[in-house]
Amino acid sequence: MSILIDENTTFIIQGITGREAINLTRECLDYGSKIVGGVTPGRKGREVHGVPVFDTIAQLIEHNGGQVPDGSVVTVPPAGTKDAVFEALYAGIKTIVVVTERIPRRDVAAMVELADRNGARIIGPNCLGLIVPGVAKMGGIGGPAKNAAQAYQPGSVGVMSRSGGMTTEISSTLTAAGLGVSTAVSIGGDAIIGSTYAELMPYFEADEQTQAIVIYTEPGGRMEAQLSAWVKENNSRLPIIAFMAGKFMDDDEMQGMSFGHAGTIVEGKEDSATEKIARLQEAGIPVVERIDEIPDMVKKLIAERSAA
Amino acid sequence: MRFYEYEAREIVKRAGIPVTDYGFTTDADEAATIAERIAGPTVIKSQVLTGGRMKAGGVKFADTPDEARAHAADILKLEINGLQPRGVLVDPKADVKQEYYMGVVWDGAAKKPLMLFSDMGGIDIEQVAEEHPDHVGRGHFSTLEPFSDFMAKQVIADAGVTGKALQRCTPILARLAQLFLDNDMLLAEINPLAELHDGTFVALDAHMEMENEGMGRQKALIKALGIGPEEGTRETYVPSAFEEAVLAVDAADHRGVIQGKDNGFDGNIGLIIGAGGGSLTLTDAVRQQGGKPANYSEIGGNPSVAKACGLAKAVLQKDGVEQIAVMMSIVSNTRVDIVARGVIKACLELGKDPAETIAIFRIPGAWEDEGFKILDKYGIEYCDRSVSLWDAAGRAVAKIQGAGA
Repeated sequence: MSILIDENTTFIIQGITGREAINLTRECLDYGSKIVGGVTPGRKGREVHGVPVFDTIAQLIEHNGGQVPDGSVVTVPPAGTKDAVFEALYAGIKTIVVVTERIPRRDVAAMVELADRNGARIIGPNCLGLIVPGVAKMGGIGGPAKNAAQAYQPGSVGVMSRSGGMTTEISSTLTAAGLGVSTAVSIGGDAIIGSTYAELMPYFEADEQTQAIVIYTEPGGRMEAQLSAWVKENNSRLPIIAFMAGKFMDDDEMQGMSFGHAGTIVEGKEDSATEKIARLQEAGIPVVERIDEIPDMVKKLIAERSAA
Repeated sequence: MRFYEYEAREIVKRAGIPVTDYGFTTDADEAATIAERIAGPTVIKSQVLTGGRMKAGGVKFADTPDEARAHAADILKLEINGLQPRGVLVDPKADVKQEYYMGVVWDGAAKKPLMLFSDMGGIDIEQVAEEHPDHVGRGHFSTLEPFSDFMAKQVIADAGVTGKALQRCTPILARLAQLFLDNDMLLAEINPLAELHDGTFVALDAHMEMENEGMGRQKALIKALGIGPEEGTRETYVPSAFEEAVLAVDAADHRGVIQGKDNGFDGNIGLIIGAGGGSLTLTDAVRQQGGKPANYSEIGGNPSVAKACGLAKAVLQKDGVEQIAVMMSIVSNTRVDIVARGVIKACLELGKDPAETIAIFRIPGAWEDEGFKILDKYGIEYCDRSVSLWDAAGRAVAKIQGAGA
């Protein structure tokens, strides 16, 4: 199986006529994803790689006989992203991948809050989406179908990463080691994101194909503290392995990040690489030094769990 | 974007929060005129985008207009943490009975804005939160629903405040919460909010920081504050010559994104690395294996040959750089062959042999076969995805150390 999307998932692309979106559409179609339409206001009647384009989601749904698509990939400029996501949420779409970068925080918070109320899930913003190897991908993750197939083979490990590019690097390492990937999610690196590690854990927990989780993380934010708390509170069957990038930023001469005092009491001292590593390890999540150590660690922990 | 205190107080004032009858000036004589108008003791405060003003002598008290003029003249010349003041603020010395703290900030974990309030104002809220947690009230609020005063009242009451102070502080915190949202702030803080002996409340200092991503739709406010577009986002540090060079290359061509930083780096390995997460991972890997990076860089988003070339040239021309390492995590939209062409072009244009200058090239992914062909032609050492980021970084370090021996 997989999480969030499977072979039957239908989705749309909002902002489909943009340069990047046209590539993204091609990549997803080639990979086998079911794209049932696209939306760009004012471009009704066009086609992008055979996908019909509409002015609104309502038109798209009407064209499809009232069928609400399962998901949407939103790739519209930052000023229009909140509105596009609201349109998708009001239409009843439940899984929304927001590719757009540099969206003001107020807008991200509003769309996440509305998604929560509607029982919908946002992945991103500022992310490459998600991929179920050999089945479907939703977003630019892995690039063209040929490249995606090379790096992502079906397997037993779930991947969650704050960096889009590193999702592929880690998955490729797992693929090369014969472990493969169940579902890989590029969750985005912004201060507020729709789906954090801890929020996605229950999905992986329920996915029989997944036997272990690998996360890629960076300094900033409290997402690892949340994951550590989740692990302590839930008796998860899944071992988690973490990789932490950006340790050099902890050095005194590198201190360039500015936070107000009030910011510090919210984030605590939990946002440096050193603190995060300590917190993860305390929750029993090993933090490897190198990406290429991940496969052996995954194998070791899966073996330990199955022996126990 | 950060704001000077006089601007932050203007923002607060526009939101309907009471402030003192202060004046801002860049001229010592005018400081005296403002003091005259105030007709009482004043505080002269340096307007500079850094903390520690008091300790540095950037805040002084005056009893007369002449004294205000003299202090203003001193403070206008006083550099604090390497920064020149924008001007001085002449503020009536308030007759303070009690100081409070109020602030609004984003809580990334809750994904909502958070109000903070304390009856122990005037000092770091961080310290109060640690030592007197019962004196700090906190409350999240919605970005979808209208704000209502009771939400602010709860936070203030949670800090243990009641009576007239609770009634008076409630609309002030409510307005601060509203202005935080309306103006795309990352931080909106009044510290101290003073209760005067006559029972009125007034903001004695304010600290505002606007999210850069929100500046586009806050143009009216920015303009009203008299901030010109040339001020940019008011980054705190001055870019180095290398950083300026990279910024210029990036600005000259819209394809792809590059970033080059060298604040804190002074080694001999020039880095052409990316993208976001890959840069962090690779910089760690080079350092952990004993290498000394000359810079930090990010390249991605399918840059043009010119952009890759421009970045490589800037790195190669940095003092102390002997060789460059060109490395990325597996790429999907950035074309390997284009980056290869760009870095080779940079070497050739600077009269250097690419094979000697490029310590390692590790970019697997889109168009890699074409890229590898070009690298072969110039005799450059490269590797594919079967060589890890760690090992690629290690090879670059070993090579440069061998070259130096």
